[in-house]
Amino acid sequence: MQNELLEKISDYKIDNNVAHNIRENGESISRVETENIKIETKKDKPGINIYIKENTKEEYVHIPVIITKTNYKETVYNDFYVGKNADVTIVAGCGIHNDCETESAHNGIHTFHIEKGANVKYIEKHYADGLYDNNKFINTDTIINLDNNSSMIMETAQISGIDKAIRKTNTILKDDSTLKIKETLMSDNKEEIETNFDIKMEGKNSNADVSSKSVSRKDSKQTFKSNVEGNNKCFAHVSCDAIVMENSKVTSIPAIIANSKEAEISHEAVIGKIATDQITKLMSLGLTESEAEEKILEGFLK
Amino acid sequence: MLELIDIEYKVKGKTILNKINLKIDTNKVLVITGHNGSGKSTLLKIIMGIIKPTSGKILLDGKDITKLKINERADLGLTFTFQTPITFKGITVFDLLLMANKKYPTYIDMKEALGGVGLCAREYIDREVDSSLSGGELKRIELATALIKKGKYLMLDEPEAGIDLWSFDSLVNTIKNIKSKNNLSMIIVSHQQKILDIADDILVLDGGNIKYYDKKRKVLKKIKPSGGCKECKMNY
Ligand SMILES: Nc1ncnc2c1ncn2[C@@H]1O[C@H](COP(=O)(O)OP(=O)(O)OP(=O)(O)O)[C@@H](O)[C@H]1O
Ligand SMILES: [Mg+2]
Repeated sequence: MQNELLEKISDYKIDNNVAHNIRENGESISRVETENIKIETKKDKPGINIYIKENTKEEYVHIPVIITKTNYKETVYNDFYVGKNADVTIVAGCGIHNDCETESAHNGIHTFHIEKGANVKYIEKHYADGLYDNNKFINTDTIINLDNNSSMIMETAQISGIDKAIRKTNTILKDDSTLKIKETLMSDNKEEIETNFDIKMEGKNSNADVSSKSVSRKDSKQTFKSNVEGNNKCFAHVSCDAIVMENSKVTSIPAIIANSKEAEISHEAVIGKIATDQITKLMSLGLTESEAEEKILEGFLK
Repeated sequence: MLELIDIEYKVKGKTILNKINLKIDTNKVLVITGHNGSGKSTLLKIIMGIIKPTSGKILLDGKDITKLKINERADLGLTFTFQTPITFKGITVFDLLLMANKKYPTYIDMKEALGGVGLCAREYIDREVDSSLSGGELKRIELATALIKKGKYLMLDEPEAGIDLWSFDSLVNTIKNIKSKNNLSMIIVSHQQKILDIADDILVLDGGNIKYYDKKRKVLKKIKPSGGCKECKMNY
């Protein structure tokens, strides 16, 4: 079960040559540090501090969380200190397996302190499975502080099975810093997802590109909220592209605020059903209607 | 044999197709032509199952396929390409060609299909089938999906649309090749003389009615405008 969950939330293999901390039901079950990456357990609250030395080049750190216990709730604080000019890929994610009626919940608060000139790629996947509805919850708070000339690429995905998720991403960008977020969401059955982006473009020539793609099925609900504030010469674009199926509902509430006349901010939101002519085309190649739908969604979320 | 019996299609009281009857033998090429809006695309879509006729029947080798779904008709060997190619998000040329043939086409098969429409596989196979491709490129990919799918009845809706002058001849050759290599029939909607030339039979639609439907030689005689020029050949 443990390995299956890990595979669901990460495409990478974790071994002893790569820095990592695997958290299972509140315990660290495996931890490896490297010369450049140190991991310490927080003393005042649950969670870890991860220190990445300045000038670290092309290293990885994996910090998956899995929950296989039922009637279990946790709030975990992880802090990432990324030193000057470091270049690192951080792979996080949370997987829950719960076959009982009682709850399993993970609240993850991740704070990134990204120093000048550092580049971070952050990959995160959330997944849950189990026999009952309305008892598996994953909420995330991702706080990103981008110092001058630093960058963050965030690829975040919620694949399926989480009954309710509130996702918050708050970013502050300083001069010449870059943020690129690619979010992929899929909700099924009665699942509910709320995703919020709060982005403050403080620095001159800061650049942000946020793209959220989602598919909602059956009776699920999704809400997308974004708030981008441009306080300097900056460029930001937010897009929310959703495919709505069956009885599901999607709401998109984007807000853009320009406090500087040199702030260039835009947003686009497209919500619609699967294009019928796409289904028709694939059916004309011999796919059944549901096979055609699957292929279209697979491509869309890619 | 593909047979249409009294096919009628009405939308909001307007007759788009009026009692269409036709028979297409195996190994034959039928070219359908006629003014814009005369019902050509509608007719092909009805054969493919994309549009449901208001009344009438479609028989394939004697079997009534009027109620079959698009994919069921596709499996029986009906193949159709759209006049306006369909675009996707995140689906590559490779993905589309792979889906088009249930026997897991190889890279060689894909190369051949793309080559048939004048596209270099190496250059295009990983491109997404979206609006980043030019109109003509999309049209060629649309045609390649049909070439790789194969089938007994190949229906091409204006295959020449969007294909540049220089590539048009090789497209016509590809169509001729498919015809000579395979034991199949084709129904091609076209306005082009060079495609009319490949036809065994020609059908001229006019306001949803069959105006002429006969051997090529006979129809061409009738539609050559008296004193008209080449450009005006549609002004029959
Ligand atoms: N759903 C619809 N509602 C109203 N009119 C329709 C509908 N579908 C088709 N039509 C009309 O039916 C007629 C035939 O359309 P069709 O696309 O078959 O023409 P065509 O012969 O293929 O034309 P072209 O040469 O321009 O491709 C057109 O006048 C079109 O406007
Ligand atoms: Mg047409």
